[in-house]
Amino acid sequence: MARVEVRDISVVYEGADRSVRALDSCALDVADGEPIAIIGPSGCGKSTLLLAAAGLVRPSAGEVLVGGRAVDAPRLKTALILQDFGLLPWKTVFHNAALGLEIRGVAGAERARLVAEALERLGLAEFASAYPAELSGGMRQRLALARALALDADTLLMDEPLSALDALTREDLQGLLLDIWRQRRHTAMLVTHSIEEAVFLGRRVVVLSPRPGRVAAVVDNPEMGAEGYRETSAFYERCAELRALLAAEGALHGAAAGGEA
Amino acid sequence: MGWLRRAIGYLGAAAALVAGWWLLALIVDSPALPGPGLALGDFATLFFSDLLPELGVSAWRVVASMAISVALAAPLGLLVGRSPRLDAVVAPMIFLTYPVPKIVFLPVLLVLLGIGGAPKIALIALIVFFQILVTARDAARQIPAASVLSVRSLGATRSQVFRHVVVPAALPDIFTALRISTGTAIAVLFFSESIAGTSGVGYYIIDAWSRIAYSEMFAGIITMALLGVVLYELLEMAEARVCAWTRAGR
Ligand SMILES: Nc1ncnc2c1ncn2[C@@H]1O[C@H](COP(=O)(O)OP(=O)(O)OP(=O)(O)O)[C@@H](O)[C@H]1O
Ligand SMILES: [Mg+2]
Repeated sequence: MARVEVRDISVVYEGADRSVRALDSCALDVADGEPIAIIGPSGCGKSTLLLAAAGLVRPSAGEVLVGGRAVDAPRLKTALILQDFGLLPWKTVFHNAALGLEIRGVAGAERARLVAEALERLGLAEFASAYPAELSGGMRQRLALARALALDADTLLMDEPLSALDALTREDLQGLLLDIWRQRRHTAMLVTHSIEEAVFLGRRVVVLSPRPGRVAAVVDNPEMGAEGYRETSAFYERCAELRALLAAEGALHGAAAGGEA
Repeated sequence: MGWLRRAIGYLGAAAALVAGWWLLALIVDSPALPGPGLALGDFATLFFSDLLPELGVSAWRVVASMAISVALAAPLGLLVGRSPRLDAVVAPMIFLTYPVPKIVFLPVLLVLLGIGGAPKIALIALIVFFQILVTARDAARQIPAASVLSVRSLGATRSQVFRHVVVPAALPDIFTALRISTGTAIAVLFFSESIAGTSGVGYYIIDAWSRIAYSEMFAGIITMALLGVVLYELLEMAEARVCAWTRAGR
């Protein structure tokens, strides 16, 4: 249903006085229902890759296919969680969560039911009438997730969704993301700066090269999703393997290393 | 609770103002500056008979002109601010005309529209229009790209982006511009009513002045001030309702 095929895309941002090549012949194939993690040095084009997959950035070469069809505009069954969550400060928790459904023209009663369900699932039900400014970082994150869940999307694109959180909340939400994936089996592309998070949530971990981003390596991680995987020695070995790959890409000297404290 | 604190604040400020006025009247000791007792007495006796009709006329002029200008300027400013192509055409025109003191067009408007309410409404609307236009355009330009992107990622059309992002994001700025404009609007109202015509609080003040009826003149001044306070407060209340989110999480 929702296989994501990234076919040799290049993305160039035209600035006022110079242009930046963010991605260069980047190719990637994500199977239907497969969760992958994407990791790479800061500024290598990870966000750009997700935006292209979401149909918000047009590649200057190559194309992205989702569910077998080229995306040239946002696709209704794809949900995108932006790096800064993309919540609207002037809408309440309820209306933020309902936004996608409203834009898609889902009728009021049905919308209320789906949103209530999603908020309940993420433990935000009692904050339905609060504004984002009144939420903690972790709650805002869960709200962004609720909005995506309410859409019943088959493809979930997430751009460092947990990076602003403290370690405890972060592990908690990583577990939640895993639960949701186990339940729904959606295709997932998760961009992260955290090696542990990539190994915990990605069946494959894609390592991008420094800008312009290309796929530098793909690490298979078949044990992902297994009970208690985080505590196994296989998990640590996979992390170590990834760390070595990233070091080879020069990712651990710059700002990207900050996420791994 | 909130309105009670506000009312107490207003009462306190009014008391301080009256005390200052009383002191100043004592020092100046001129019939042109009657004490608050005299002026407030005239205000009380004249309010329903003489002042209220003029207040109605003046309030209508201000409210109508501000409504016209916001109805025209806010949508235009938001459109211009969000469309680089439109902006390239309109922005130079704004920059060229904004600094021109529009009040000098009063004589022209008097010739074209007569000396009734129309030229006053037109002049105030013209001045406030530009203040709102510039604010709305700037507000629309400063909307965070992430907000727009997040709504577009949900499949929003251009008009849905306006409805869910551009309009709500710009509303607090537009309200601020409107509140600031009430001061300008009432100043222009006074000016135009005192120059031409035979109605409105501005005319009443100037008429009392020419008759050397100073305490009546001050009753008129108090009425004008009241108009400003009420308008400002109404806008504040409307903003609190419409933009409740700006008060969240503080
Ligand atoms: N809207 C834009 N206009 C111009 N250049 C951009 C734009 N967005 C990104 N870039 C440039 O493209 C490159 C890749 O950006 P991108 O945001 O995809 O990186 P990233 O891998 O997500 O970085 P980070 O890990 O810091 O989030 C950067 O050099 C950036 O300067
Ligand atoms: Mg990024």
